[in-house]
Amino acid sequence: MPYLGSEDVVKELKKALCNPHIQADRLRYRNVIQRVIRMSKLDQWGQAEVLNFLLRYQPRSEEELFDILNLLDSFLKSSSPGVVMGATKLFLILAKKFPHVQTDVLVRVKGPLLAACSSESRELCFVALCHVRQILHSLPGHFSSHYKKFFCSYSEPHYIKLQKVEVLCELVNDENVQQVLEELRGYCTDVSADFAQAAIFAIGGIARTYTDQCVQILTELLGLRQEHITTVVVQTFRDLVWLCPQCTEAVCQALPGCEENIQDSEGKQALIWLLGVHGERIPNAPYVLEDFVENVKSETFPAVKMELLTALLRLFLSRPAECQDMLGRLLYYCIEEEKDMAVRDRGLFYYRLLLVGIDEVKRILCSPKSDPTLGLLEDPAERPVNSWASDFNTLVPVYGKAHWATISKCQGAERCGPELPKTSSFAASGPLIPEDNKEREQELPDSGALMLVPNRQLTADYFEKTWLSLKVAHQQVLPWRGEFHPDTLQMALQVVNIQTIAMSRAGTRPWKAYLSAQDDTGCLFLTELLLEPENSEMQISVKQNEARTETLNSFISVLETVIGTIEEIKS
Amino acid sequence: MISQFFILSSKGDPLIYKDFRGDSGGRDVAELFYRKLMGLPGDESPVVMVTTGGRRHHDGRHFIHIRHSSLYLVVTTSENVSPFSLLELLSRLATLLGDYCGSLGEGTISRNVALVYELLDEVLDYGYVQTTSTEMLRNFIQTEAVVSKPFSLFDLSSVGLFGAETQQSKVAPSSAASRPVLSSRSDQSQKNEVFLDVVERLSVLIASNGSLLKVDVQGEIRLKSFLPSGSEMRIGLTEEFCVGKSELRGYGPGIRVDEVSFHSSVNLDEFESHRILRLQPPQGELTVMRYQLSDDLPSLLPFRLFPSVQWDRGSGRLQVYLKLRCDLPSKSQALNVRLHLPLPRGVVSLSQELSSPEQKAELAEGALRWDLPRVQGGSQLSGLFQMDVPGSPGPPSHGLSTSAPPLGLGPASLSFELPRHTCSGLQVRFLRLAFRPCGNANPHKWVRHLSHSDAYVIRI
Repeated sequence: MPYLGSEDVVKELKKALCNPHIQADRLRYRNVIQRVIRMSKLDQWGQAEVLNFLLRYQPRSEEELFDILNLLDSFLKSSSPGVVMGATKLFLILAKKFPHVQTDVLVRVKGPLLAACSSESRELCFVALCHVRQILHSLPGHFSSHYKKFFCSYSEPHYIKLQKVEVLCELVNDENVQQVLEELRGYCTDVSADFAQAAIFAIGGIARTYTDQCVQILTELLGLRQEHITTVVVQTFRDLVWLCPQCTEAVCQALPGCEENIQDSEGKQALIWLLGVHGERIPNAPYVLEDFVENVKSETFPAVKMELLTALLRLFLSRPAECQDMLGRLLYYCIEEEKDMAVRDRGLFYYRLLLVGIDEVKRILCSPKSDPTLGLLEDPAERPVNSWASDFNTLVPVYGKAHWATISKCQGAERCGPELPKTSSFAASGPLIPEDNKEREQELPDSGALMLVPNRQLTADYFEKTWLSLKVAHQQVLPWRGEFHPDTLQMALQVVNIQTIAMSRAGTRPWKAYLSAQDDTGCLFLTELLLEPENSEMQISVKQNEARTETLNSFISVLETVIGTIEEIKS
Repeated sequence: MISQFFILSSKGDPLIYKDFRGDSGGRDVAELFYRKLMGLPGDESPVVMVTTGGRRHHDGRHFIHIRHSSLYLVVTTSENVSPFSLLELLSRLATLLGDYCGSLGEGTISRNVALVYELLDEVLDYGYVQTTSTEMLRNFIQTEAVVSKPFSLFDLSSVGLFGAETQQSKVAPSSAASRPVLSSRSDQSQKNEVFLDVVERLSVLIASNGSLLKVDVQGEIRLKSFLPSGSEMRIGLTEEFCVGKSELRGYGPGIRVDEVSFHSSVNLDEFESHRILRLQPPQGELTVMRYQLSDDLPSLLPFRLFPSVQWDRGSGRLQVYLKLRCDLPSKSQALNVRLHLPLPRGVVSLSQELSSPEQKAELAEGALRWDLPRVQGGSQLSGLFQMDVPGSPGPPSHGLSTSAPPLGLGPASLSFELPRHTCSGLQVRFLRLAFRPCGNANPHKWVRHLSHSDAYVIRI
């Protein structure tokens, strides 16, 4: 049993949380909670524990909920970061149906979080930075005006600098982009090569939104002729050309000359790939590749050789005269002399492909690329606060979600062993009061025979697979004018249980969104919304995994209503 | 819930080890922690670590630690707990151990092992925090702290007591505050002292053209009290002290901070009207108030740096002329000023011309280090440094662009201390004690103001 200051507190708490009679009576419950949280003897550790316990109570009504929030308000002003964060988590979870309350709480916690970020204790600073990143995932603009707080200082340890660079990368917006880029540019010439490279990658990340400025900075960095910088810049270019095709021209102009300063495998691969794919726009591409072919015998990395084979074959298709001779030499080398089997097989494969005829090579090598805009399925732009509220103020943001998943997987296997005995009456997990299912159902909109299932979580991978495998069942065009607020739409869709899988940022043209929903019979509806730049209409394509017209029609009517409503609100 | 707590020395020797729940491996966990910490790749954070693989019963154990005066204070837990609370607990433990053993360090811990275990027993029970208040704990702690050598303050105050020198010197030795709170149980006369520190950390970023990009002041009012608990005291702050951007007090420019938070024991009844904090501090250390101020500093910055760099790429000659101006009022001074300037790779020789003999400059770890032990307010110091950068990269075709500084030069960072100066201008007007000591002399009150640099960076 945790020590909570005094016996009284424990007694009151037990009453509050375990006695059904008190819970049934809203007023009495309120009084008990009030008494508990007003206990003057409760020190900060006790407060943190109490906040932890309160997480498991689910208020019955809205009125009660706001009552509790008002009572607990003073905790948000506590001087102890542990209590403030505990209170924040409780507020986020209690107010899960009120996004504006959540935003409000996050605004209020900004001050304490920023103070912790510049705290003297490095460890506290690190943990706070991790939480800042967590909030930024949902509210990208939240810390934008405080960007200066995240500038690195010389004496900070490496791991804090890296976190700060990540934060800077995520909070960038139109107003601060200039200053943030200038700061990041300073880091690129840092003495520590690792940190410099992290800064360059960060600039590459920002380049997805602010392409021109970033490409210019990256190009300037090439002028420094430093190996560790050049290699990372070229890798960044490779990723950038793929994601933002509009910067290809600038990148191609920057590339000549940087082959002298690349020694490592990753950098070489990136450069060779760029030369192969966009070789027709780089005048000296064949000569650079020729150098690589000449030195292929002394090349130690098989991956570079593979990349070289593919790139040279691609370049051969666009500039045959300059490449024929060296392609022959390279193939000869790979087939006759190469020891690495993967490279040898690749060489043989291309050789046989060439034997079939040049048209066949073109068909295979230059087949249409996958649509890069589908790439936005990979990282859903904004995650709702509710998806991480329960992880707030725990170790999850500190480890990072991915790392945490592997940890808990390991632990899951571990936990099959003898379970530790439960030590206190509070240890029982899960809500103490079962959720009221009736209320849930009443919230559902009345949409005829169609019943969409709430909280149907579809992964982006699965969506992409299904989307590509299905045919369009219905296509329709709705009128749409003026500016656009993706958040509003996403919120509105959530109300009717349509889940947003991915969405372009506001202001992007063409704007796209992918939605999914499932009804109670298991029928899936996958939807694409497309807003073309010049048209003033929204194109809706719906795919369905079971062909049933009546449900399809009612689904489309739900969608129409939502979009119509938003259009009305807007105008 | 905390499974284990241990303290390691900087070399990884376990000094203290305590298992609270018996649900984990054993003493070798400490060793495991140290090995993990040392083997961590540079870009990963050591703050929170997890054990995976290896021995079965160690799996999924999270290590959370802080580094405090070259010791590692580590807790392990197997639950997904609040990192903020745990880190807070660790730093509170560090303060607590400091309170009881004098200052915290490898020596004091190993001399006071019994006391530390006794404390841990009371603070944590089965991995749950019971209490961390010095006040409650002192009822349970029986062991006396072992102090390595008698404090000089003992002699000092006894001089005052016996009347040889009635007026003590105005300044207490800096080590005065670092003695155990409860050590001299029998000797009541030593106890009547209270130390109040206003400490500010300054982080500044100045662009290469001299414009100010960022100013950030983190301030704290710290109190260390040796008085019997429950004695009330009043701390008066500058009356023009305003909180927030809009508040206006007095006619002058005022002293403005963005945010203030107080310790929960502070009574703010008189804060609105007279800027007086009332509190009944427990014995030991306590942070009374924290405040932040950014972007908007009422006074001049303490230092400005005027660098000029000449770089001849062809011959590899680099000449750096640094002029440092101290804009403090002429009565104050800055101590232990050190300028750190990263240099391009491969710099070999250094020739220097410094403006005064007490300065020192040397090359260390690829950077220039310029030490100025004492800088008077309003003074100006300069140094001319010439270096050779042999084998400088770059073809001669760019040889003429001498204006651009070479890669890896700068930004310069300064570290310094400003005694008796606060950057925000906040001062403690008075410190009054309401309690009347029974019999012996008035309690001694020491008030210090201090600013020091957190990151003072000037781009070149």
